Amino acid sequence: MTKPIKHPRPGVDWETRAYWEGCGRHELILQRCRSCGTLQHRPRALCVSCLSDEIEHFPASGRGTVYSFTVTHQNQAPGFREALPYVLAYVELEEGVRLLTNIVGCSPENVRIGLPVEVEYAQLEGDIAVPRFHPL
Amino acid sequence: MSLSRSIAIAGVHEHPTRWAPDRTASQIMAESARAALEDCGLGLVDVDGLFAAGMEMGPMGVVTLAEYLNLKPRYIDGTNIGGSSFVAHVAHAAAAIHAGLCRVALILYGSTAASNAMAIGTGGQIGRDPATAFSTPYGLTTVGSYALVAQRHMQKYGTTSEQLAEIAVTMRRHAVLNPVAKMRSPIRIEDVLASRMISEPLHLLDCCIMSDGGGALVVTSLDHARDLKQKPALLLGSGEAVWHQEIGAPDLLTIAAKQSSDEAFRMAGVTRDEIDLCMIYDSFTITVLVTLEALGFCKPGEGGSFIESGAISLGSALPVNLDGGGLSSNHPGMRGIFLVIEAVKQLRRECGPRQVEGAERALVHGTGGLLSTLHSGATLILERDR
Repeated sequence: MTKPIKHPRPGVDWETRAYWEGCGRHELILQRCRSCGTLQHRPRALCVSCLSDEIEHFPASGRGTVYSFTVTHQNQAPGFREALPYVLAYVELEEGVRLLTNIVGCSPENVRIGLPVEVEYAQLEGDIAVPRFHPL
Repeated sequence: MSLSRSIAIAGVHEHPTRWAPDRTASQIMAESARAALEDCGLGLVDVDGLFAAGMEMGPMGVVTLAEYLNLKPRYIDGTNIGGSSFVAHVAHAAAAIHAGLCRVALILYGSTAASNAMAIGTGGQIGRDPATAFSTPYGLTTVGSYALVAQRHMQKYGTTSEQLAEIAVTMRRHAVLNPVAKMRSPIRIEDVLASRMISEPLHLLDCCIMSDGGGALVVTSLDHARDLKQKPALLLGSGEAVWHQEIGAPDLLTIAAKQSSDEAFRMAGVTRDEIDLCMIYDSFTITVLVTLEALGFCKPGEGGSFIESGAISLGSALPVNLDGGGLSSNHPGMRGIFLVIEAVKQLRRECGPRQVEGAERALVHGTGGLLSTLHSGATLILERDR
C-alpha cells in the first residue's frame, strides 16, 4: 500500500484560483473556451487557441486511466522522502486532458498503464485540496 | 550570402576538472575562456560577443560575467533554455556574426554543481510558483520526468531495461578511452540492472553523473577562422524548439528534437546518411533513445533494437557521445557546451583512441528542461573544413 504523502501547498494565483478552490469542493475543474470550444489545462486567463477571454469552468468526471507512471524511490524533498516509494503518474481524464498526479490507495507494483482510476482529494489547510487518484 | 557554411567554431576548451571545491564557477569560465582563445590564437581583446547561461548565475548572470572578465562586448546573449542553451548559443552567435553585430563570440559555461552538493536529479521541486503548482504537489523530480517517458516507451513499443542499459554500457566504453572522464571502469548490462532503482524504470546507472566543470567555445566567420590556428568546424545547420504540455495532453514520445533537427537538416542541405557521429545530451539513457528516434536515425519505437545492434558504439555506423557523455564523463548541471566541444574535437580528428575515423560531419543535439513536462531542443550540424 502507498504511504501517506504530505503534498506541498501549491502556489495559487488569479488564473488558477478557480481550479484549486474547486478541488477544495471536491470538483475537478477544467476550462473550455466559449468562442472556439477548446478544452485546456492548466488554467489560463485566455484561450490559447484563439486568445479569447471567454473561458468557462466546468467539473470533469474525475475518472480516467493511467497514461504513464513511475514508482519513485529517491526524492529528498520533505513530504516525499517519508512516502517513498510513491507513484508519480500522468492520468488521462475521460475529457482528454492529462494531469500530473499521484496514484494512491494501492500497492505501487499494481499500477499499470491503462489502469482505470478515479480522483480523490487530500485536504490541505484552508479551503484548498490536492487531487490525486486511486484505482477504480 | 547564406548563413549556412559561413560561420565556424574556431576554438574550444573543455575544462578537465571534475571536482573543483577550490574554484568558483566564474573562475572555471575564465580559465576555459583563456584556453579556448589560446586554442585558436586569439585574446580576450578580440572578443566582442559574450554568451553564457548557468544554474548558479542570476538573471543578470552574463552582465556579472562580463564584469568578472573585464569585457565590454557589443553583443550579449544570456538565453537560458536549460542544458541545451549552449547549443542554441552557437546558432545565436552565428546569426549575430552573420548580421555584423559581433565578430568573435565567446560562449561560456562553468559550474561547481557537484562540490556544492546541488541535488538536481532527485531534489524534488519546492516552491509556490503558480506556474509549477501543477507538478510541485506530486513530487516530480528530474529523474521522474524522464522515467515517465521511459515507462510509456516500454509499454508502447516493448523497449526493455536491457536496451536502455546498453546505452550506459556504451557511454562507459567510450569514457574508458577519455583520460579526463570521471567514470572509467567498464560496466556491463547486469551492473546497470543491479544498480539502485531511482525512479522506475531508471536505475542509478541510467542517470548521468554529477561533476563540476565548464568549457568555452569561440565562434567567428569562416573566413576569419581560416586565418586562425585550428582547422575550423563549419556550421551547416541549426534548429531550436520548445515542447510542452500542449494545453494539457502531452505526447511523451514526440520530443523537441524532431522539430529542431528537421530544421537543422533543411538548413544544412545534408542527409542523415552523411552524419558520421552524434553528440546527444544523455541526461538519462532514455534521453538518448528517444532523441535518436526524433532525429530520424531510426523509426519511432525502433530505438531499442537500434541500440541493441551496437549502432551507437565507436566503430559502428553512428557512434554517439565519444567522450563518454553525461552518463560517464561529466555533468556539471548543464551539459550542452560539452556536446559541441567534443564534436569539434572529433571533426579536427584530435581525439586519439576515441577518434571516429575520417569524421567529416557531426550532429549535436541538446535537450533542456524536463522531458515530460516542459523541455527545449537545440540541434547543430557541423562539418570539418576542407
